[in-house]
Amino acid sequence: MDTVILARAQFAFTVSFHFIFPSFSIGLASYLFVLEALWLKTGRGVYANLYRYWLKIFAVVFGMGVVSGLVMSYEFGTNWSVFSAKAGPVVGPLMAYEVLTAFFLEAGFLGVMLFGIRKVGRELHFLATAMVALGTLISATWILSVNSWMQTPAGFAINARGQFVPAGSWLPIIFNPSFPFRLVHTVIASYLTTSLAVGGVAAFHLLRDRTNLGARTMFSMAMWMAALVAPLQILAGDAHGLNTLEHQPAKVLAMEGDFEPSPRGAPLILFGLPDDAAARVRYAVEIPHAGSLILKHDPNAPLPGLKAFAKDRRPPVAIVFWSFRIMVGLGAAMLGLGVFSLVARARGRLHEWPWLHRAAVAMGPAGFVAVIAGWVTTEVGRQPYTVYGQLLTAQSHSPLAAPALAASLLAFVVVYFVVFGAGVLYLLRLMSRPPAPHEAEPPHVPDRAAGITPAPGVDPPLPSPVA
Amino acid sequence: MPHLDITIIWALIIAFAVFAYVVMDGFDLGIGLLFPSLAVGESRDQAMNSIAPVWDGNETWLVMGGGGLFAAFPLAYAIILPATYPLMIAMLLGLVFRGVAFEFRWRDPDHRPLWDAAFTLGSLTAALAQGITLGALLQGVKVADDAYAGGWLDWLSPFSLLTGVALTIGYGLLGATWLIWKTEGETQARARRLALWLGGATLLALAAVSAATPLLHYDYWRRWFTPPSVFLTAQVPLLVLICGGVFFWSLRRGAERLPFLMTLALFALGFVGLGISIFPYVVPRSVTIWEAASPPSSQMFMLAGAVVIIPLILAYTGWAYWVFRGKVALDHPHE
Ligand code: HDD
Ligand code: HEM
Ligand code: HEM
Repeated sequence: MDTVILARAQFAFTVSFHFIFPSFSIGLASYLFVLEALWLKTGRGVYANLYRYWLKIFAVVFGMGVVSGLVMSYEFGTNWSVFSAKAGPVVGPLMAYEVLTAFFLEAGFLGVMLFGIRKVGRELHFLATAMVALGTLISATWILSVNSWMQTPAGFAINARGQFVPAGSWLPIIFNPSFPFRLVHTVIASYLTTSLAVGGVAAFHLLRDRTNLGARTMFSMAMWMAALVAPLQILAGDAHGLNTLEHQPAKVLAMEGDFEPSPRGAPLILFGLPDDAAARVRYAVEIPHAGSLILKHDPNAPLPGLKAFAKDRRPPVAIVFWSFRIMVGLGAAMLGLGVFSLVARARGRLHEWPWLHRAAVAMGPAGFVAVIAGWVTTEVGRQPYTVYGQLLTAQSHSPLAAPALAASLLAFVVVYFVVFGAGVLYLLRLMSRPPAPHEAEPPHVPDRAAGITPAPGVDPPLPSPVA
Repeated sequence: MPHLDITIIWALIIAFAVFAYVVMDGFDLGIGLLFPSLAVGESRDQAMNSIAPVWDGNETWLVMGGGGLFAAFPLAYAIILPATYPLMIAMLLGLVFRGVAFEFRWRDPDHRPLWDAAFTLGSLTAALAQGITLGALLQGVKVADDAYAGGWLDWLSPFSLLTGVALTIGYGLLGATWLIWKTEGETQARARRLALWLGGATLLALAAVSAATPLLHYDYWRRWFTPPSVFLTAQVPLLVLICGGVFFWSLRRGAERLPFLMTLALFALGFVGLGISIFPYVVPRSVTIWEAASPPSSQMFMLAGAVVIIPLILAYTGWAYWVFRGKVALDHPHE
C-alpha cells in the first residue's frame, strides 16, 4: 500500500481519537472551575458534590487526553518528517510555547487539583483548578494557531534550504487569517460538547429520579449553556465559512458540492451524491440561490465552481460534503434542544418533562460527533496540501517503508480500541451512577493527615420544586 | 571551540529537558518495572500513590524534549524520528498503557491485575525503547540530503540492545530508591533490598556501555582517551566510583534520601559522559547542532519566552512536589 495513504490514515486515526478527549476536558475544566467558584461563594454542598462527581470523570478523560496527545507530538516527526524539517522553524516555536505555557501549567497543578484538596486548603485548591482550566484554553490557542497557519499560511519566507522561516514579525504567523475564527469555533465547540454531555448525564438521572438535587442542578446549568452557546456556534460557523471562502475557496466549494460555476447565484445543495470522477452531484436536492445567500449574503452573487481548479488540486468532495452536513445538522439539532429547554423552563417544567430529558440523553454524545465531523471537513478540505497552497501532502511524508507503517497503524488501532474502549466504559460506568449527596473524593487520595475537609457536604433537606 | 551562541543555549535547554525527563519519568517507569515484585495490595497502592500526583508533569518533559527539538533543531527531529520509527511507536504505545493504568486500576478493581500488568509492560516497553534509541543514535544513523537514508531496522544491534538494558536497569534503581524515600515499613524494606542489587547492576551496565562506546568509532575514542582531554574525561569515571561508594554506604546506613540523590548523581554523570561523546553533534557524527538549527529568528523568539517561563515552571513544579512531601500513607478507598 501507498506509504502516504498509510501515514495519513495513521495520523487521522490518532488525532481524531486525541481530539475527542481535549474537546471534553477543555469544557469540563471550565465547568469544574465554575462549580468550585459557586461552592466557595455560596457554600452550598450541592456544588461541592457536583465538583467531586465530575472531577473523577475529568481525571479519566484528562489522562486519556494526555497519553493520546503525547503520541501526536512525536507523530509529526515519525510520519511527516519532510513537513517537520520544512515547517519546523515556523510551527515548531508555536508548539514549544504550547508546552511551556500550557502543558506544564496543566500538569503542574493537576496533581493538586485531583489529590490535594486536604493538603492545601480551599483557596490554593481553587487556584489549582483555575490554572488547569486556563492551561486547557492556552493549549487550544497555540495548537489552533499552528493548525490555522497550515490552513492559511502567512508571514513566512522560504530560505535557501526550502524551509519556511519567519519573514519578520511573529504576529502575522500567530494571528494568521483563519486563526481567530477557528479558535472561537473550536472553543465554543468544546463548551457545547461538554454542556451536552453533562446535560445528557443529568437527564438520564432525572428520568430515574426527578428529585435528585445534583442532577437537577447540573441539568439546569447544562441547558442554560446549550441554549446560549448553540446559536453562537452557528453564527461563529457562518463567519468561519465566509472567511474560508476567501482563503480556501476550493474547500468551501467542496463542502457545498459546487462543481459548476454559478454566475447568477449558487443554489444550496441539501443532499446528493457527489461524484468526483464525473465532477457533478447526482440526485441533488437543492434550494435555488440559497447557497449564494449563505456564502455571500446576496442571493444573486456569482460563485466559482470546483472545475476552476485542476483535478489534482481539488479536495475529495464526497467526504467533505458529508462531514460538513453531519456537523451542521447536529448544530441545528443542538439549537433545537436549546430552544426546547427554554420553552420547558418558561413553563416551569424543566425538571419534569420526560421528553425533554429523553431528547437531552439522545443529544449527549452529539458534540463529539460534530467536533470530529468538523475536523474532517477542515483537514480533508485542505487536501491535497499540508501547508495550503505551498506544500503538497504527497511531498510531506517520511521516508518510511510500508510494512513499518502498516504494522504501526495496526498496533495503534488495536491498542486505542482496547485502551480507550475500556476508558470509555469506565466513564459510562461513572456517569451511570447518580451524584450522591456525599460524593466521595477520587478514591486514591494519597493523603495522611486528616486536614481541612472540603465541604461539609450538607445538602438542603429536600429540593424545592422550582429550578 | 565555538563561542557560546544561541544555538548552544538551545542545545543546553533541550539537554536539560531530556535529563529532567530521564530522571523524573525514570523513577515513575522504574516503579512500573518493580511493580510485580511488590506485594499485591498495600505495597502496590503505596507505590502508585507516591507517583500519581506527579507523573503527568514528569512526562511533560518528554513533550518538551520532542517539541523543543522540533522547534529549535527541526532537521534533527526530522532525521531521528524516522530513523528510530519502530522504537518511537513502541515507546508511545508503552506510555499509553502506563499512563492510563494510574486511573484505570482504581476504576476497575475486578481487572486490577490486568491494569497492573499493563502498567509494568508499558513501563518496560518505554524504558527499553528509550535505551535502545540512545544506542541507535550513538552508533550513528545514515543521512543523505538532510533526510534519513537507512532502513527501518537499522537501529537494531548488540550495542543498542546493551544500552536498552542498561537504561532499563538504571530506571529500576531510580524507582527503588524513590520508594525508599517515599514509603515505609514492608514496602521500604523490599525497595532497599532491590536497590542493593540494582545498584550493582547499574554500575556494571554503566561500565559496559562506557567500555563499548569508544569501540564504536575512533572519534569517541579520541575524545575520551587522547591527552589532554583524558585528564578531564577521567574525572567522570572517578566521580562515578565515588558516588557508587556513597550509594552503597548510604544504603547500609539506612539512609532514606541519600540513595536516591546518589542515583541522580550517577545519572548526571552518565549524561555528562554522553555530552562528551556527542557534542556538538545532535545526530552523532552526521549533523551538528548548527546544521540542524532553525533560523536565529525562530530560536530567539522561543528563547525570549523560555528564560521567563522555565524558571516559573520549575517553581510551581517544585511547589507541587512540596505539597506531596513526606511519606505516602495508605489511604482507605472510600468507594
Ligand atoms: C460542537 C461542535 C460543532 C458544531 C455544532 C458546529 N461546528 Fe463547525 N466545526 C467544529 C465544531 C462544530 C470544529 C471541530 O470545532 C471545527 C473543526 C475545525 C475548526 O476550526 O472547527 C469546525 C469546522 C467548521 C468549518 C470549517 C472551517 C475551515 O476549517 O475552514 C465550517 C465552515 C463550520 N465549522 C461551520 C459550521 C456551521 C455553519 C455550523 C452550524 C450549524 C457548525 N459549524 C456547527
Ligand atoms: C484534533 C482534531 C483534528 C482532527 C480530527 C484531524 C483530522 C485529520 C484527518 C481526518 C486527516 C486526514 C486528511 C486526509 O486524509 O485527507 C488529517 C491530516 C493531517 N492533519 Fe489533522 N486533524 C486535527 C487536528 C490537526 C491539527 C491541530 C494539526 C496541526 C497542528 C493537524 C495536522 C495534520 C497533518 C499534518 C495531517 C497530514 C496531512 C494531511 O493529510 O492533511 N491536524 N487530520
Ligand atoms: C495534532 C495536533 C496536536 C498535538 C501534537 C497535540 C499534542 C498534545 C500533547 C503532547 C498533549 C499532552 C500534554 C501533557 O502531557 O499534559 C496534549 C493534550 C492536550 N491537547 Fe492536544 N495536541 C494536538 C491537537 C490538539 C487540539 C486541536 C487541541 C484543542 C483545540 C488540543 C488541546 C489539548 C488539551 C486541552 C490537552 C490537555 C489534555 C487534555 O485536555 O486531554 N490538542 N496534546
